[in-house]
Amino acid sequence: MLKLEKRPQPSQTFAYLTPIFAIIITMIAGGLLFMLLGKNPFEAIRTIFWDPLFGEFAFYYRPQLLVKGGPLILIAIGLSLGFRAGIWNIGAEGQYIIGAICGAGVGLAFYPMEAWFIFPLMIIAGALGGWAWAMIPALLKVKFQTNEILVSLMLVYVAEQLLASMSLGLLKNPEGHGFPGSRNLKDYSSAFNDEIITGSGMHWGVITAFIAVIFAYILLNRHMLGFSIRLTGEAPRAAKFSSVNPTRLILFCLGMSGALAGLAGLFEVSGPAGQISIDFNTGYGFTAIIVAFLGRLHPIGILFAGLLMALTYIGGEIAQANLGLPAAAIQLFQGMLLFFLLAVDLLTNYRIKRVRKETV
Amino acid sequence: MTGTLLKIDGLTKAYPGVVANSDVSFEIKTGEVHALLGENGAGKSTLVKMIYGLVKPDSGTMMMNGAPFAPPEPRAARASGVAMVFQHFSLFDALNVAENIALGMEHPPALRDLAEKIRTVSEDYGLPLDPYRTVGDLSAGERQRVEIIRCLLQDPKLLIMDEPTSVLTPQEVEILFETLRKLTAEGVAILYISHKLEEIRALCDAATILRLGKNVGTCVPAETSARDMAELMVGTELQTPNSAGAELGDVVLDISGLSMPSPSAFGTALRNIHLRLRAGEVLGIGGVAGNGQDELLLALSGEIRTEQNAVKLKGEAIGQLAPNARRSRGLLTAPEERLGHAAAPNMSLTENALLTGNVRKGLSNRGFLKWAKTRSFAEEIIEKFDVRTPGPDNAARSLSGGNLQKFVIGREVLQDPDVLVVNQPTWGVDASAAASIRQAILDLAANGTAVIVISQDLDELMEVADNFAALNEGRLTETRPTQGLTIDEIGLMMGGAHGMEVAHAKA
Repeated sequence: MLKLEKRPQPSQTFAYLTPIFAIIITMIAGGLLFMLLGKNPFEAIRTIFWDPLFGEFAFYYRPQLLVKGGPLILIAIGLSLGFRAGIWNIGAEGQYIIGAICGAGVGLAFYPMEAWFIFPLMIIAGALGGWAWAMIPALLKVKFQTNEILVSLMLVYVAEQLLASMSLGLLKNPEGHGFPGSRNLKDYSSAFNDEIITGSGMHWGVITAFIAVIFAYILLNRHMLGFSIRLTGEAPRAAKFSSVNPTRLILFCLGMSGALAGLAGLFEVSGPAGQISIDFNTGYGFTAIIVAFLGRLHPIGILFAGLLMALTYIGGEIAQANLGLPAAAIQLFQGMLLFFLLAVDLLTNYRIKRVRKETV
Repeated sequence: MTGTLLKIDGLTKAYPGVVANSDVSFEIKTGEVHALLGENGAGKSTLVKMIYGLVKPDSGTMMMNGAPFAPPEPRAARASGVAMVFQHFSLFDALNVAENIALGMEHPPALRDLAEKIRTVSEDYGLPLDPYRTVGDLSAGERQRVEIIRCLLQDPKLLIMDEPTSVLTPQEVEILFETLRKLTAEGVAILYISHKLEEIRALCDAATILRLGKNVGTCVPAETSARDMAELMVGTELQTPNSAGAELGDVVLDISGLSMPSPSAFGTALRNIHLRLRAGEVLGIGGVAGNGQDELLLALSGEIRTEQNAVKLKGEAIGQLAPNARRSRGLLTAPEERLGHAAAPNMSLTENALLTGNVRKGLSNRGFLKWAKTRSFAEEIIEKFDVRTPGPDNAARSLSGGNLQKFVIGREVLQDPDVLVVNQPTWGVDASAAASIRQAILDLAANGTAVIVISQDLDELMEVADNFAALNEGRLTETRPTQGLTIDEIGLMMGGAHGMEVAHAKA
């Protein structure tokens, strides 16, 4: 009989090993899934993990890694701060949308003026938009003890409706021949978030994501506020005893994750996406939750997890195009990654012990 | 009534890294109260768990009434007539007494019949109890009655009681003892676990003393002095803490009219508490658990804010201040619950040192942490308070209860407080560690710190406190000098028998 026994100390080794285990198990289970779908599992796994990096068209896919990884990392860093403290912002997708609308709105308001300050203003507007959207669940939680999980999640659907109405109304391109969607910011250089080095995929959003990683690392490891966040997540009563103000912490964590998600939305709309449109959001806000956990809520971990997740996105698209795998199978594959991670995670705090059968 | 009921022969049980019981043998006779004495970690719990069928021995045998006895599970032990009253009650607050008892039975009768039975049994044994009262409203003593009656309904031959008096006032202890004597007169044997020696001398017919898992002696408690038993238990001579008896200084903490609603459904509201504490004074606050001890600590630590003027520190009203603001002004606290409240279980000792040490020890600069300084603070605590751990990087949860307690107390003491409030400073701590914690408290007081010790251990309070007050249903009694207080007076301050009827007078 196997038995789980709590470790006296969380295992450092397993804290690093579990993500790798999770990836391997996901590959095996995913391979089985692809096999049942009638595809060659080895080819499918190779297409997802290998081809984007080292395949024939890698020169095209590699920059995509940064383009897709950037927003994931940026959002996940913000989410991880709250998750560490037991504050669950599930609505990053909504904050991402609102950030994009606000940022793009400010940019379009200046059209066609060209000036250096337009893009910085858009960045501020994007961050503020995401922050404000996250403040709704935060204030409701602080004032009325509502559940931030439900409120933030439901606000995603509100944000989606707002997005649709913006693309059809206020922000609609007057010269767009009646098509829904705003002007394309790629054609408006003061508002365009261009690649910093052509062909690298590196735009300002990616830079911001890297800065956020460093910022979060310093905050969590070297600052009292980060310590308070971790303490609240570990032992809420001890945190109160230690003088942590729960209200302030909720406002900070939700506000910060909202602002970063808003920034991600702004950099996306002004760069790779180019315009506000009905189908602007592609689920980065939800995938970032997986990224945050896959990275063990650790800034450096999230950096790698974001890139890995971007890889499965890109690889998944290739597999869809080349092997005819259904999109749902790819999403299932990504979901498995989180599922197995959480399962294997148990080994950090517990060890499996074989015991003789003993009546208890 | 001199036959052997339970014969234990060479019981051994080892856990990874520790031998809990090693070759323990003794006998319990029919109708006797047999004491099982020992410090925390001496192996008392493991031994009774084996008798109760919760743990299976590695080797050794037990004989019940001459027949081999090896219960594979508690149900089998109960069927053989073994019943146990645990130290921590397993009762549901929201259900009434009869419902709680029915939950523990395999084939509960109809609730009305059960209630009638509870009433009869409880009155027969001098433990009157209304079967329809909600458990959440009962005092600790009454809850214990529920547990005892639950056992008595099984017609036990052997009743195991684990530290039964830790939640009782002296008057309630007397009532309990009457009941136990009545049971033994009917031929029930009682295995009585305790480390309170005077109690054992008053009640028990025989005693087995365990130390580090081994049986180190058997004695007749009435004929052995408490000191001799204590030394058998500890294995060395005991050092009694001594107080320097310093002159008391000015009033540093002034609590007047402190009231606070209960923070939780079954907590206790604080009602109009008054007390004045002078520099160098040790005030002992006694009382049965659940009479407002935790709430008083929360109100003083700043975790719950009260009226600004209700708490004054050195003349300054601090009732609305946060814990850190109070710490910077010199008021430090150590809560009862170590894991999860006083310390974060999964965090390292260094991080736990930061938990309260930040403001007074200057462990951060504009919010940026000084880990090296924090680490050396943790090392200082570990060294000065003899905390047994490989080092400050170990998680708090890896420490034994007593060691973590030393760390928690040491963390506050080394911050040089003006006022220190500790709740249950030696709960679950072995005798020598408890002595060193008490000594640390006395040393602190000798240097002019005012200390409030909240404890349920009256012996401890008598040992360290200059003055004594008791909490009873959220009210604090007047403060009286410890010297000259009799145990009866203390009992009355703690609320006497809490209105529990003394049915023995009738019997």
